[in-house]
Amino acid sequence: MRGTALKLAAAAGLFAGLTTGALAQQKNVTIGVSIPAATHGWTGGVVYHAQETAKQLEKTYPGLKVVVKTSPDGASQANALDDLTAQKIDALVVLPFNSDELTNPVNEVKKRGTFITVVDRGLKDPSIQDIYVAGNNPEFGRVAGKYFKDNLKQGNVVVFRGIPTVIDEERVTNFEKALEGSGVKVIDKQYANWNRDDAFRVMQDFLAKHPKIDAVWASDDDMALGIMEAIRQGKREDIKFVLGGAGMKDMVKRVMDGDKMIPADVSYPPAMISTAMFVTAGQFFANAPMRGTYVINAELITKDNAKNFYYPDSPF
Amino acid sequence: MTETVLRSSAEKRRFNFDMRALSPFIALIVLVIAGALINPDFLTASNLLNVVTRSAFIAIIAVGATFVIAGGGLDLSVGSMAALVAGIMILTLNGLGNPGYGTLALGMLAAVGLGAACGLANGLIVTFGRIEPFIVTLGTMGIFRSLVIWLAAGGTITLRNSELRELYRPVYFGDVAGVPVPILAFLAVAAVGALILYKTSFGRHVIAIGSNEDVARYSGVPIWRVRTLTYIIQGICVGIAILVYVPRLGSATPTTGLLWELQAITAVVIGGTALRGGLGRVWGTVVGAIILELVANIMVLSNFVSEFLVGAVQGAIIIIAMLVQRSLQRGR
Repeated sequence: MRGTALKLAAAAGLFAGLTTGALAQQKNVTIGVSIPAATHGWTGGVVYHAQETAKQLEKTYPGLKVVVKTSPDGASQANALDDLTAQKIDALVVLPFNSDELTNPVNEVKKRGTFITVVDRGLKDPSIQDIYVAGNNPEFGRVAGKYFKDNLKQGNVVVFRGIPTVIDEERVTNFEKALEGSGVKVIDKQYANWNRDDAFRVMQDFLAKHPKIDAVWASDDDMALGIMEAIRQGKREDIKFVLGGAGMKDMVKRVMDGDKMIPADVSYPPAMISTAMFVTAGQFFANAPMRGTYVINAELITKDNAKNFYYPDSPF
Repeated sequence: MTETVLRSSAEKRRFNFDMRALSPFIALIVLVIAGALINPDFLTASNLLNVVTRSAFIAIIAVGATFVIAGGGLDLSVGSMAALVAGIMILTLNGLGNPGYGTLALGMLAAVGLGAACGLANGLIVTFGRIEPFIVTLGTMGIFRSLVIWLAAGGTITLRNSELRELYRPVYFGDVAGVPVPILAFLAVAAVGALILYKTSFGRHVIAIGSNEDVARYSGVPIWRVRTLTYIIQGICVGIAILVYVPRLGSATPTTGLLWELQAITAVVIGGTALRGGLGRVWGTVVGAIILELVANIMVLSNFVSEFLVGAVQGAIIIIAMLVQRSLQRGR
């Protein structure tokens, strides 16, 4: 019931907005944003972009209130959703900790007639969401693989994996698929947990084990930094480049400055939370269909386009 | 090394204990042979030096943990503490700015000082609060970790001045007469630790409260002071480990030092220190830390272990190594 009433209200608001711009200002909408707390670089970036976008949206659309809540784990995120619904939100933008734990809590919010936008990690029941904004992990692996195929053409590559998860699996399988039929050979793979120290350790061992490595797929910018330090210490000249991923500002800066070892990067932008928030606001303030799935491309960052990916104020 | 046990032992028993003290070293030799068989590159000087250098952080922290555990305590907060100390040290260096040895010295002082302060906090809450060390240090583990995440806003704390970075870099990557500085650092820490634990009355007090707190109390051992001091020593060791850690990557992240507490405790136990307290082996601990790092190294160098199974094989090797040690002790 409430849902229909809300939609009617929203529709009325839209018409009002179309006829007289001044009336649009009287519309009051609250968007709740629930995201993981900053526990590592990428989620740190999510928190930063969510807060920046909240400010920007409130300025753009008078009458819009954006409430950002961060949670350290899945259970607390479920509680945070309760708190948000208590504040009578019209829409919820949620980046769930994990699909299993949060599907039901988000469904509860949905039952109250709230508009639901899910980001990055999907829920078990996709019918809950009105909008889904997703990163593209298979594409992330493919773009990286294509870069090796095009730029290295042939040679030996070592691969760094993150933490054993679906995300990691999708990236690595598609990376290897993209290499098929080229002269580029993956000679070794190892988990380094998206962690600098672990990547440093594993790279030292790879250097001891393999006398000739032509390039490294770090698959993550944090790991790339550890790898670079190990290569520098080993004084190895055979490695032509290291390809990271995610788009950490330090690495994008290096690409921008034309660092020979870091000629490119692959984006997996934490700013996708901003995309989700803008589209959700559009649902209430723009006269356009918004429901649907938005897949954010994993893009190759090179010297030419690096400045579009550079956020010097972000912690990530 | 036999000083830590009661002198009443007969000749045969004495030999027994020597065997126990030696067993980590025997396990180390067996592992080195296994490594050499798996991959000939394992025995190159550069690989072995890399591995031993890498074990420096855990070895130094574990020397401190030897005191805490020998005294019947436990410190789960060392990994988080390490991250916090690294974060504050880098922020201090960034704040001071101008590159020079004076700046470095101040940063180092801040690191060791903060480590000692964190240890003091742990120690005081355990002793004056009369709370189980497991709970206290689990609490401070969360506190230290959150503080570093908060300071980094979830991102990275990086040493910004590149000149300062280059000035500091040799502390991890440099060497004296071919021996990397981190190795010298943990040898020095272990030597001082051994001296304190085996040759001072404080060291004997630690062992005494670890084996029987009540008896120690009736014998006039100042329980609270000794116990608090063990946690302070642990904190100082974390500080020293960080002095060697920061020059390596020049940054601290929210994942810095994750699970180091478990590695330190494992190193201590592999080294022959009793987890229930009352027995401490500093040199065994250092060997334990090297063994842990060696196992990981051998896993990467081997060609037949799938990357999915590395953890399982690593766990199995550690358990087998402990079983071999036990059987050596029983066989005598």
